[in-house]
Amino acid sequence: MLDKNGIAKRIAKEVQDGYYVNLGIGIPTLVANFVRDDISVEFQSENGVLGMGPFPWEGEEDPDLINAGKQTITTLPGASFFDSALSFSMIRGRHVDLTILGAMEVADNGDIANWKIPGKMVKGMGGAMDLVASAENIIVAMMHTNKAGESKLLSRCTLPLTGVGCVKKIVTNLAVLEVTPEGFLLLERAPGVSVAAIQEATEGRLVVPDSVPEMAL
Amino acid sequence: MIRKTVANAREALQGVSDGMTLMLGGFGLCGIPENAISELVRLGVRDLTCISNNAGVDDFGLGLLLQQRQVRHMISSYVGENDEFERQMLSGELQVTLTPQGTLAEKCRAAQAGIPAFFTPAGYGTEVAEGKETREFNGKMYVMEEAFKADFSFVKAWKGDEAGNLIFKGTARNFNPCMCGAAKVTVAEVEELLPAGALDPNQIHIPGIFIQRIFQGDGYEKRIEQRTVRQRT
Repeated sequence: MLDKNGIAKRIAKEVQDGYYVNLGIGIPTLVANFVRDDISVEFQSENGVLGMGPFPWEGEEDPDLINAGKQTITTLPGASFFDSALSFSMIRGRHVDLTILGAMEVADNGDIANWKIPGKMVKGMGGAMDLVASAENIIVAMMHTNKAGESKLLSRCTLPLTGVGCVKKIVTNLAVLEVTPEGFLLLERAPGVSVAAIQEATEGRLVVPDSVPEMAL
Repeated sequence: MIRKTVANAREALQGVSDGMTLMLGGFGLCGIPENAISELVRLGVRDLTCISNNAGVDDFGLGLLLQQRQVRHMISSYVGENDEFERQMLSGELQVTLTPQGTLAEKCRAAQAGIPAFFTPAGYGTEVAEGKETREFNGKMYVMEEAFKADFSFVKAWKGDEAGNLIFKGTARNFNPCMCGAAKVTVAEVEELLPAGALDPNQIHIPGIFIQRIFQGDGYEKRIEQRTVRQRT
């Protein structure tokens, strides 16, 4: 079974040379730490920066330089700033190659819910609805089950939707799955996790091929 | 040169009254019009509709207006980080319209550009699209969203000149440029107000035509919400 860093490490392998990538808050933010350093990648943050770098050294924080999680950041050579409308032109216009975001629920038809728990948590969708409706390549990073042990990979989302039929790939602490017309196709198992354990933790339709390799990390 | 300068926030906010719709730039606490917000609190105007990506924190930014119960309706994309906001929303004192961030930006830009409505894929099939026209283009479904209509727009820039030309800094740019000229009156506050001619026309982000009033703000606090750093070893 993977921890959050393990999930990020596995997703980092999906990042290819020349990609512009938008990382959501939480596990997705960790992906930047594991991208190979022999490829060229630029990270976009929807509040208006391309070419995001690591956190600043202590004492060098700039209140005018943050990411979409409102964390202080730095920029790398080649970086640029822009306004929010242009930022979402990049996203809606499909100029961003890969979007990695978290989710509360994903359905086996690619629906995603990650912005609202009625009566409990209403923080808002931020840029998530624009991102999932527009990106061609969306990877969801999340735990396979919620804190109550219930599956987050469902036949139908129970929470208010963020987007419909948009998720292509999911990386959890247990598995890598692809959304297909037949349901979640099990591509890889996390180290030490059995197919049976994944079946047990997946409420939605799960397609299990004859051979399911263990993730190479 | 058409001069846009006013002396201070007090002069810049003349005409703001109860029940108005206001746009306020900023992302989190980054690039917010701190001086205009302070003046709104001082004026005590009420029943405001505020269009802003976020709602500040409990004791800073738009949170200051919420504390004084001056806001009736908030239009934002993300409103976490504010307990008083959540309390007023759950009790029904405050009406909240959550809008996808890119849609929020484009509704500002459309108002600025004189475009009454546009189609976006964001929110299709979700509660955001309820009651709105949807249409298919090239096999994909889109939601029609209308431009905002606002009375005042309050933006914050880094540098500006007497003609109202603006230059922003870092990610403090965010929604500010989209809101310039998107309301009947746009008020810009800047950290440094310079004579006309002092800014290179090549470097201007927003031309003064979109700005009605500009003043040099003071006492910028620029609070950091999430101070994340690398430790030197």
